[in-house]
Amino acid sequence: MTEPREQVKRENARLTARLALMALGSFAFGFALVPLYDVLCAVTGFGDQKSLARASEAAPQAADESRTVTVEFVADLPNVGSWEFRPVLTSMQVHPGKLYETRFVAKNLTGHDTVAQAVPSIAPGSVAGYFHKTECFCFTPQKFSQGEERVLPVRFIVDRALPKHLDRITLAYTFYDQSIRVGQR
Amino acid sequence: MATHAQAAAHDDHDHKPHGWRRWVFSTNHKDIGTMYLVFACTMFFVGGTMALVIRAELFQPGLQFVDPQFFNSMTAMHALVMIFGAIMPAWVGLANWMIPMQIGAPDMALPRLNNLSFWILPFAFTLLLGTLFVPGGAPAGGWTMYPPLALQGGDSFPMMIFAIHLMGASSILGAINVVVTIMNMRAPGMNLLKMPLFVWTWLITAYLLVAVMPVLAGAVTMLLTDHFFGTSFFAASGGGDPVMFQHIFWFFGHPEVYIMILPAFGVVSEIIPTFSRKPLFGYESMVYATAAIGFLSFIVWAHHMFTVGMPLAGQLFFMLATMLISVPTGVKIFNWCATMTRGSLSFEPPMLFALAFLFLFTIGGFSGLMLAIVPADFQYQDSYFVVAHFHYVLVPGSLFAIIGAVYYWLPKWVGRMYDQTLAKWHFWLSAIFVNVLFFPQHFLGLAGMPRRIPDYATQFADWNMVSSIGAFGFGFSQLLLPYIVIKCVKAGSKAADRPWDGAHGLEWELPSPAPFHSWETPPSAAIIARGAEH
Ligand code: HEM
Ligand SMILES: [Cu+2]
Repeated sequence: MTEPREQVKRENARLTARLALMALGSFAFGFALVPLYDVLCAVTGFGDQKSLARASEAAPQAADESRTVTVEFVADLPNVGSWEFRPVLTSMQVHPGKLYETRFVAKNLTGHDTVAQAVPSIAPGSVAGYFHKTECFCFTPQKFSQGEERVLPVRFIVDRALPKHLDRITLAYTFYDQSIRVGQR
Repeated sequence: MATHAQAAAHDDHDHKPHGWRRWVFSTNHKDIGTMYLVFACTMFFVGGTMALVIRAELFQPGLQFVDPQFFNSMTAMHALVMIFGAIMPAWVGLANWMIPMQIGAPDMALPRLNNLSFWILPFAFTLLLGTLFVPGGAPAGGWTMYPPLALQGGDSFPMMIFAIHLMGASSILGAINVVVTIMNMRAPGMNLLKMPLFVWTWLITAYLLVAVMPVLAGAVTMLLTDHFFGTSFFAASGGGDPVMFQHIFWFFGHPEVYIMILPAFGVVSEIIPTFSRKPLFGYESMVYATAAIGFLSFIVWAHHMFTVGMPLAGQLFFMLATMLISVPTGVKIFNWCATMTRGSLSFEPPMLFALAFLFLFTIGGFSGLMLAIVPADFQYQDSYFVVAHFHYVLVPGSLFAIIGAVYYWLPKWVGRMYDQTLAKWHFWLSAIFVNVLFFPQHFLGLAGMPRRIPDYATQFADWNMVSSIGAFGFGFSQLLLPYIVIKCVKAGSKAADRPWDGAHGLEWELPSPAPFHSWETPPSAAIIARGAEH
């Protein structure tokens, strides 16, 4: 009588261990989704938005005068009151291939010296691979002293290979003050 | 059989512990099942009270009773309490009571783990409900906890996260126990394709739980470290992406909705044959359909986030995969209808709830199909139409199945019959008010009323008023449930061992009330054959 009971107990323990392992695997899988997500974004043609935060090597190409693309600029802040942040121009008409420069203006109203980081994003997402920035204030954190106002330049080229059906691109920056923790925002 | 039963019934007086120890240290599947059900019922009324706060505020346009922050807390807390406190524990309670009795096992495979997984819950919900009393108030960013909003929570934020960790641990442990019980503890001769459908659906549910609850735990852990330890999984300032949270959350979230509905399919598959006095039509196709739904539930999550800006190919894939789910679901609906065809039907309370399930769950399925159409969903997303959809599948879906299960098995649990007339009143009031409550929300959503708002434009006033009237009617009707159960336990008339003449299955081979220890000696092949006449 005890023999089969012991056997069942052993089998239960073995299956329990296997299921516990499966649960641990799922937990790990949740975290594995993080790198997987970036890879998927890059390969699905959705574009690698992270590339927008790096300098592009692309050299100016011959301008395609036959095409005009509207590039819109948006400036965002995660909270109100402690910064001023705006584009000098809200939109530009550009020819693919040509190098352009535009500017944003930021002012530190936090009342102390601080460092802020702009995070870019672009719409539609699939444009990310065709939007080259040779210079951008978002590549590095920006130091601001108390009350300082600064003009921040961006230089960019819209690739000539930009798919034909696209004639409007929106480039947005959110300006995050590094001294304000996520939880306080 | 009779001698076995008598021996068991005699036995149990000696082994049953008394007083509070019986419950706190319990390792008995029936006692633990009872505790789960009582807990779920309590949380159902707590969550219901929150819903009534919401509906009272929405009775008329303008701000009447509560401030917007508290209103938002109510929507977030109502969902968390109902999902993790009411529906899920009710299913685990039913699993505890029924699975060992239905497969001829003396108890759950891991009785001490069983005790642990129940007793985690009161602590989890003390933490969660405790957030109502901390500075800054309870979580108000929705049960989906999207960052960056969720990260802005005050003191309630870590409490909510830990409560979710605890609930998750409890349901993972419960699910492991269910799988081990079903795989290892079946009586000899009870092979997999003889198991009742409630056991089958729970087996698949348990696997879903083990697969996705840890993913939720991971997602909320990432929220926690983003908030306190400077990581940037979702914080855009450090290169994270809030949309990624939505992907991880819904990778859990969509299987989660099937976790809440699959056992309901099982219950309805037990009740309908009983009161049709016919075996279930297409038993095997039911099993395969359940497995197919379980599998498909992993590849449709992004239908909750069509509007985040996905590539076209992604939208198409998730749209088609979502629609594919209605195929196995349709198989089930068809099988239930075929079971009833030319059966000799009778309409006792469990059957009434099962029939309402059949009609109203199907309405929820149809609105789900509408939401699955990407261009239509762009319009419906975050509107009351979504609210109407998921309440149709969850209230007359999961909840009605739970109530039906209680009315079906209660005589077996307590050995007494409840007041069936009163239970029919409970049914009719619920069935009518649930439609008064949720049907107008379809109209509101189609007309453009957003969800999770404390105030609304005046053109939405009429249907909101109707919906609120339905809510109060539905809420107060539910008080009948504990009343009927308590009355039955205290003063019900003696129930027969097989109170429903069409009922098959091993649980009905036991005496009523089911003895404290059942199937200490496994049922014989003949009994199993009689029970497995599906
Ligand atoms: C034929 C089957 C179903 C289909 C096609 C379907 C489809 C959908 C879609 C597309 C959405 C997203 C709507 C939006 O946010 O815009 C949704 C939301 C939802 N569904 Fe379903 N659904 C089905 C069955 C179910 C079932 C069985 C349940 C639960 C028992 C359920 C629970 C939910 C919940 C809770 C939400 C909303 C979550 C939230 O945003 O808070 N659905 N459904
Ligand atoms: Cu879903």
